Amino acid sequence: MFHDILITLTVLTNFTLVATSRIHKSIQVAAFQGVLLGLLPMTLGLGFHVHILLMAAAAVIVKGWFIPFLLRRALAKVHIHREVHPYIGYTVSLMLCALGTGMSIVLAHNLPLKPGGPFALFVPAALATLFTGFLLLVSRRKAITQVVGYLVLENGIFLFGLMLIEDMPILVETGVLLDLFVGIFVMGIVINHISVAFDSMDTRQLAELKD
Amino acid sequence: MAWYLIVLPLVAAGAAFAISSPMWRVRILTTTAILHLVGLLAALGGWGTLPAGAWLGLDALGGWVLLVISVLFLVCALYAPAYLALRPDRDGRIFTGSLLSFLGLASLLAQSQHPGLTWVAIETTTLATAPLIYFNHNRHSLEATWKYLLIGSVGIALALLGTFFIAYAANMGGVEEPLLYGRLMRYSAHMSRPWLRAGFVLTLVGYGTKMGLAPMHTWKPDAYGETPGIVGALLAGGVTSCAFLALLRIYAVVSAAGEARFANELLVGFGLLSMAWAMVFMVRQLDFKRLLAYSSVEHMGILVLGIGIGGNAAKFALFHLAANALVKSVLFLSAGNIHRSYASKQLPYVTGAIRRTPVSGWLFLLGFLAITGTPPFAPFISEFNIAYTALTTGHPWVGTAFLALLGAIFLGMSDTVIKVVFGTPSAQRVRTPYKDTFATTAPMIAALTLALVMGLWLPRPLQDMLQSAAAMVGGQP
Repeated sequence: MFHDILITLTVLTNFTLVATSRIHKSIQVAAFQGVLLGLLPMTLGLGFHVHILLMAAAAVIVKGWFIPFLLRRALAKVHIHREVHPYIGYTVSLMLCALGTGMSIVLAHNLPLKPGGPFALFVPAALATLFTGFLLLVSRRKAITQVVGYLVLENGIFLFGLMLIEDMPILVETGVLLDLFVGIFVMGIVINHISVAFDSMDTRQLAELKD
Repeated sequence: MAWYLIVLPLVAAGAAFAISSPMWRVRILTTTAILHLVGLLAALGGWGTLPAGAWLGLDALGGWVLLVISVLFLVCALYAPAYLALRPDRDGRIFTGSLLSFLGLASLLAQSQHPGLTWVAIETTTLATAPLIYFNHNRHSLEATWKYLLIGSVGIALALLGTFFIAYAANMGGVEEPLLYGRLMRYSAHMSRPWLRAGFVLTLVGYGTKMGLAPMHTWKPDAYGETPGIVGALLAGGVTSCAFLALLRIYAVVSAAGEARFANELLVGFGLLSMAWAMVFMVRQLDFKRLLAYSSVEHMGILVLGIGIGGNAAKFALFHLAANALVKSVLFLSAGNIHRSYASKQLPYVTGAIRRTPVSGWLFLLGFLAITGTPPFAPFISEFNIAYTALTTGHPWVGTAFLALLGAIFLGMSDTVIKVVFGTPSAQRVRTPYKDTFATTAPMIAALTLALVMGLWLPRPLQDMLQSAAAMVGGQP
């Protein structure tokens, strides 16, 4: 029961993410989504196995606290607050996000699930979150918002990984944790370089290379 | 399992990072490259005997790819001392350390028998190569690094999801951990088809991004254009081969499950699209390093096209992996030399390279002829056989399109290359101290000679290895 509510909230946060223009808020919402995903494994009735606890702790601490902390610190350095003139506007983004969520449900319908288990909503929600991450990545200009997009994309994969956590814990853990580390930590370093080199984090300035 | 192939370069990377003497650092680099190749040749004696249940092991497919990478790495490592001597302004520690870590991680990847481990290796090679792209520490290289990391990470994330999908397909079919490739192939009949297909699509897009297949190739021209030639050579022949291997392992599982038809259509589609896309951007390309990047997109397309056609073409796609890596190293290194000599990589400024840097100019020209399929170089053999197989095994349209694209690309590329090599030297040129020396050209001559020899003769043991590697790709465990 409770996990269905958490998943629904996750999908709702997707909509908030694509509709907000304030960067602070999008970091906050992404952190909230991370905490939701961290609570999810506890509600699945899988028991309090060490692997489950590790995944939960990783999500809450890393996605809910550490990465938002890094992003806020980077943000404080460059004095920007808003995502100005995204490539795709907010209304259109919302409609695309709704469309993507609908398509995820259709797609998930074609993928059979193992009978039993509490995972009925997992596949559509994972695909919808993945799609939202994509949308943020391609439609926003600021490097920080793009990293938030990547974080949301990761959340989608995390959600799917939970379906396998009981049977293949090691595969899922290494994958999810390493991906998280590489994506965010390394991008954090590069963002730092960008803000030093360009005095801003606008990726429009990163558009000199083209044909 | 040849663990020393993994450990040796990683230890050497640590040492190169710790040592402050540039002279010792390059000695470590070249010594490790030589030892790695020797060790690999020794280990390849036993590729036929892979114990069941091993997470790491050198089989024909992994061995072949690692052999290509090891030879390419040696060429680059022999070129590196002279290059680093020309760049005393830049920190060689991170550069050498990253190069060596890449070699260690590629060895891990080649021996990995578990999709999760393969994925970890691909992820870490991205990490190891990102500082190489940022080598010049200017705005352009920062932009290239950002695109490489962002697009590469998204691709790798998709590949992870694809790996999870395949794990779920196996899980539904009752296959238990560990999900080694061998086990997956043996029990492939039980795997859930929809999940397997969806997993293949995701891994193709994910690892395809890392290979640089169109339309996920957009990081490639920027990354190859802004890095030193030596890094370009390693990226175009090494990193892409790693991603291709990861894709082939999944393809082998899919074809063992009898879904090869589905996968082949996708591969042929992506192959032709990559070639066509590359052709469009190669015509009138003024930047000769970006030209090489698009040529790399084209050749990644040829690789997946060959696998998609199957049969003999799959074998020659694997052969093409080696041919492409060798010739690309010649092209990128000579382009790097020309770039250094002219302090530019744009066409109106770089003309008449054959007079200013005769050896590099000739090598650039010969490399161009080789890569576009002029006999008797190795790429001719693979391209000819892929086309022949396509035309004779019921893919007449694919074969015709393949040949037409090859012809168009030859014409498009030749325009820029001929101007760079033969044009009249422009009046407003910048004077630079760079001159071709033995150390900056001999590694390329060796690589080109090897590509020539491969086009004429391949030793028996290597032929056998190639044959079994192709059989593995076709789904025989």
